[in-house]
Amino acid sequence: MASAPVVVIGVGNTMRADDAAGVLVARRLRSCPGVEICEQSGEATALLEALRGRAAALIVDAAAGTRPGRLHRLDAAAQPLPQGLFGCSTHGFGVAEGIELARALGALPPVCVVYALEGGCFDTGAPMSDAVARALPRLAEDITKDIEKCTKRT
Amino acid sequence: MAVKKIKVDYLARVEGEGALHVTLKDGAVRDVELRIFEPPRFFEAFLRGRAFGEAPDITARICGICPVAYQMSAVHAMEDAFGVVVDAPLRALRRLLYCGEWIESHVLHITMLHAPDFLGYESAIAMAREHQAEVERGLQLKKVGNEIVQLVGGREIHPINVRVGGFYRTPTRRELAPLAERLKWARDAAIETVRWVAGFEFPDCERDYEFVALRHAGEYPFNEGRLVSNKGLDIGARDYEAHFEERHVAYSTALQSVIRGRGAYLVGPLARYSLNFDRLSPLAQEAAREAGLGPVCANPYRSIVVRAVETLYACDEALRLIEGYQEPARPAVPVEPRAGSGYACTEAPRGLLYHRYALDAQGTITDARIVPPTSQNQTSIEDDLRAFLPDWLGLDDEALRWRCEQTIRNYDPCISCSCHFLRLELERG
Repeated sequence: MASAPVVVIGVGNTMRADDAAGVLVARRLRSCPGVEICEQSGEATALLEALRGRAAALIVDAAAGTRPGRLHRLDAAAQPLPQGLFGCSTHGFGVAEGIELARALGALPPVCVVYALEGGCFDTGAPMSDAVARALPRLAEDITKDIEKCTKRT
Repeated sequence: MAVKKIKVDYLARVEGEGALHVTLKDGAVRDVELRIFEPPRFFEAFLRGRAFGEAPDITARICGICPVAYQMSAVHAMEDAFGVVVDAPLRALRRLLYCGEWIESHVLHITMLHAPDFLGYESAIAMAREHQAEVERGLQLKKVGNEIVQLVGGREIHPINVRVGGFYRTPTRRELAPLAERLKWARDAAIETVRWVAGFEFPDCERDYEFVALRHAGEYPFNEGRLVSNKGLDIGARDYEAHFEERHVAYSTALQSVIRGRGAYLVGPLARYSLNFDRLSPLAQEAAREAGLGPVCANPYRSIVVRAVETLYACDEALRLIEGYQEPARPAVPVEPRAGSGYACTEAPRGLLYHRYALDAQGTITDARIVPPTSQNQTSIEDDLRAFLPDWLGLDDEALRWRCEQTIRNYDPCISCSCHFLRLELERG
């Protein structure tokens, strides 16, 4: 059973350029009170397990896009994520599938927000794009505000 | 002359990236090509110059689904080169770790990748909406496998606790006790899983395979045994390359293996089961019989049932190992490198995994050879399609494409390991 009602899940691979964004943002939020911070690779069943029993889940991940650094705030509790946004999952079974599996099994938290930060480079060993690196502090601030709202509610 | 092609550009529900191109001419199968287009990753090349102790952790990175298999083949090959024999409790822990990986990998494939084929769903998510209890059972079962790998291997994916000679740290009996309680639930869940998949409908297709697997004097094989087949093969791992040959085919980045002089062969659950039914635990044998399996299974579509039986065995065996576990006096036996070569075959969930290393006197790797199970099964996958396709030509293109993909998924192919997503292209006329 999940230990905290609110969870932030940073998804990504720190060794693949802009794919590190989700994990690095999660690390910035470690000092937030009343919230559990997880780092994940994006594998669907692991994501499902992290979502179970939560009142709110805030998921942050890099996404395939055309404008590195552009942020999308998606209400995954209201509707499925747009297809093709997260191209970096392992073998086509990633974040979107983990959320839909949770929805199918009745395990999706009533609040589930996905922050998708568009990346430009996902090459192994490459440095993060400047535009993505610049977007991280602001994204962390936005999520902090959402955490405060969620923890007050719970 | 009428020619028709079926193309699956990206095979879904397989590990890795590949495509299938099938050409039918005048109602007959002309070409079947399993095209693997993931780039090669050159693991064998960058092992050269590394210390022997790094091999288990480097090769574990070849696969996120079966890292334990890579670690086990690596440590056994090194120990073969250096003349090292590990203590009995360490050997038992290695079997326990392998049980964890088999449970994780088999349950993922049965529930999330293969069952949707038999129940008519395009994905596990669509299936989960109507088969919630079965999917939940599978997920919980997989979690027990994860817990074994976490406890014995140090973490769930790419474990870090395995080393040549044993482990960095061994668990206490007390630490293993809660796992035993979880495994009692898992064993019952595995029995239910065997019953569930045994109720699926299977095409009536059998082939005369040459099954190749390890066989051990007293155990269902994980780490040790002779390499045997139902057609007379009986060799040690050292003689693997004298009997097996890897061939390059122009349409694939993965090498394809054949037995010299005979051709295609089959590794994995069907082969292991058919060569080692008598080594399964009584409980696993009983479940197999109840599921309608004989001691030999040559219908590749029933591999899902065999995988479920092996999952049950892995739960049963893990419980036996935990109950009999004696805390080792030391986490690893001493290892002194010497110049030479080491060879090992172990049983990855998908089948036989061969490693060979050449080492200098300091234990630096001078050459490495790794043959993963999917490379070995590729020719059999293509042969299955050639053999079965003529009976399916009355199906419409979509149904035919689905059946082709299902046939590939029978093998739980790990394309990432073999080279290195699957596309199906069918030409017919």
